[in-house]
Amino acid sequence: MQFFLEVLIGGLLSGVMYSLVALGFVLIFKASGVFNFAQGAMVFFAALSLVGCMEKGAPLWLAFILAFGIMTLLGIATEKFVLRKMVNQPPISLFMATIGLAFFIEGLAPLLWGNAVRRLDIGLVDEPIPWILEHWNMVISKFDLVAAGLALALVAVLALFFQYTRVGRALRAVADDHQAALSIGIPLQHIWALVWAVAGFVALVAGMLWGARNGVQFALTFTALKALPVLILGGFTSVPGAIVGGLIIGGTEKLAEIYIPPVMSGIFGGNFGGIEGWFPYVMALLFLLVRPEGLFGEKHIDRV
Amino acid sequence: MIKRFKQLTLATSVAVACFAGALPAAQAAEEQFFMIPSYRVGPYGANGQSFYGGFIDYLTYVNMKGGIDGVQITWEECETEYNNAKGVECYERLKSKAQKAPGPIHTMSTGISYALVDKSAADKLPLAMMGYGLTSAVDGSVFPWAFPLVTTYQMQASAIIKFLKDKEKGSLEGKKIVYLYHDSAYGKEPILALEAESRLNKFTLVQIPVAHPGNEQGAQWQRIRQEKPDYVILWGWGVMNMTALNTAQKMGYPRERMIGSWWAGSEEDVIPAGDAAKGYMSATWNVAGKGVPLIADIEKTVYGAGKGNLKDTSKIGTILYNRGVSAAVLSVEAIRTAQAKFGKGKAMGPEQVRWGLENLNLTEARLKQLGATGLLPEVKTSCNNHEGSGKVKIQQWDGTKWVPLTDWIEGNKALIHPLFMADAQKYAKEKGITPRDCSKEK
Repeated sequence: MQFFLEVLIGGLLSGVMYSLVALGFVLIFKASGVFNFAQGAMVFFAALSLVGCMEKGAPLWLAFILAFGIMTLLGIATEKFVLRKMVNQPPISLFMATIGLAFFIEGLAPLLWGNAVRRLDIGLVDEPIPWILEHWNMVISKFDLVAAGLALALVAVLALFFQYTRVGRALRAVADDHQAALSIGIPLQHIWALVWAVAGFVALVAGMLWGARNGVQFALTFTALKALPVLILGGFTSVPGAIVGGLIIGGTEKLAEIYIPPVMSGIFGGNFGGIEGWFPYVMALLFLLVRPEGLFGEKHIDRV
Repeated sequence: MIKRFKQLTLATSVAVACFAGALPAAQAAEEQFFMIPSYRVGPYGANGQSFYGGFIDYLTYVNMKGGIDGVQITWEECETEYNNAKGVECYERLKSKAQKAPGPIHTMSTGISYALVDKSAADKLPLAMMGYGLTSAVDGSVFPWAFPLVTTYQMQASAIIKFLKDKEKGSLEGKKIVYLYHDSAYGKEPILALEAESRLNKFTLVQIPVAHPGNEQGAQWQRIRQEKPDYVILWGWGVMNMTALNTAQKMGYPRERMIGSWWAGSEEDVIPAGDAAKGYMSATWNVAGKGVPLIADIEKTVYGAGKGNLKDTSKIGTILYNRGVSAAVLSVEAIRTAQAKFGKGKAMGPEQVRWGLENLNLTEARLKQLGATGLLPEVKTSCNNHEGSGKVKIQQWDGTKWVPLTDWIEGNKALIHPLFMADAQKYAKEKGITPRDCSKEK
């Protein structure tokens, strides 16, 4: 039972890290109704900018501000050169534009900062908390707890922002219908630039934490793969859904990785490990059959 | 005026005729063409950058020293991004240029090598897979065009077991070893050898796969914590390696009991992991550092002349840079070997280069001549042994550099070679290949 709990808690904490990446997707989707294929590339670019500024001598706090500035500029440029031309186009066109953007960012990042694998030291060691290890014989790291705290704080701030501010309401209106939002005077261009900058900020936090754990390298773009099932489960339009989806995916994938392979090997023989890669997708697929809009997603009803 | 015009016309005609006469001579200059399906961007771009930087620097170095007995080396790179489909596309794009006088093809990718084994044999182009690729290609009677030179995954795994056995005073009986591997062809290749070693040495082998890319290993390491193994053999690539080291630290597993494959043993794997990597060991078939005279001379000669391939010169002397140089050394030596038989100073055709690869004899004395003593082990290939060595060193990361712990260790050849020889024969049967009679090869 103790081992089960340890795996579950470890999974939940990993899930929070997935939620961080998923949040970036949710923000863009809420503002434009588009799945941003470039979110993984943005995480990579943000982390690389952060570590690049640190290598040039900036302390972490300053490098963070500078990297946020770079992400804001990227957001503004994305609005100006990519999205502005796409107003009132079908979502699939916008989606295709984000695919192009992903390739562009993936190429731009190493061009600006080089492609060496870098270490990112944010002063947090990924080691077990001695007290918990001693008393409960469980491995819970300080790093994971801080990451979870940061993710929860971000979710709370963003949820409040969307729900209770004028900009938040405007964002929701834009997501519903670009043309209608424009007709009632919502400055679409500003809204999009703003939301891409905020998504850049979320990407920066995610990139910082993932980069500190696994090194800053191209593989950060793969973090997006972890976020997709989270989105399907939590709903593409729900900020709290991203965190709940992350927790469910993180917890179940770790439990599945531990408990399913021995059962499969017992039945079929051979080695059945390494299911973490596809298990969350199968789970999300099954979930889609029951609740296509996700746990917290908006139910879409069209009048006939 | 007319006379002067005639003189000028005559002089021009003579000059043009002389120049035109010289042109065929220049075109006929002997050249050996290397197709280089490299990767410098994408998830493993950092690794490819160092390897191919070293590879190309050595080719430049040879050219600057007069070529291979006067034959200049030319090459063309094509970006694969470590992607199998792009690797095949690069091969198809460049193969026509390589038909006349090819250099061995190095993809530095097991997946791309798998995809090219049959194609390169059909096109009669030599494929080198140094320390990676299809292990059973050691049997040259079935795979005349493929060369898993120096050592293979299975012999490497066997050498690691030999090292651990020595560490445990000659016996692994009753010990538990976890094999944590990238769930791909690369990770699965050595399982056969490890299982054979586990039966022979009576240790428990626990296999734990990690799904690509391996950037999350919480569950795997929780299981390792529960299993309490004596050692963990890490068969990772890219982000999987540093994630394993960091998660081992988190789980409190001693890094001094972790030993990686040579693709989990470069600076790119350990530096980003910081202190979590200190004490970690890995196998390697080439050493790091600029202590090898050849590496120092490449830096002096090639970079001194501003012809270096790397922008970031701090990579010179790293494990992967030196591996690229080692791969190029073997390729050039194969062409030299071919020239010694088929004619010095001539560009070698595909069949001749293949012969050179199959009759390599890189002795300690030759390595010394090249300034490469200790860079890589001696290599002697033959028709039925395309590996030629099977030796590795074990190195340890001290926090700043790789320190060799052992001399060259050879895996259990008597146990391992029959395994993949059997595999090769099975392959021949499946594909309808009639194996060559190696006793008739000269």
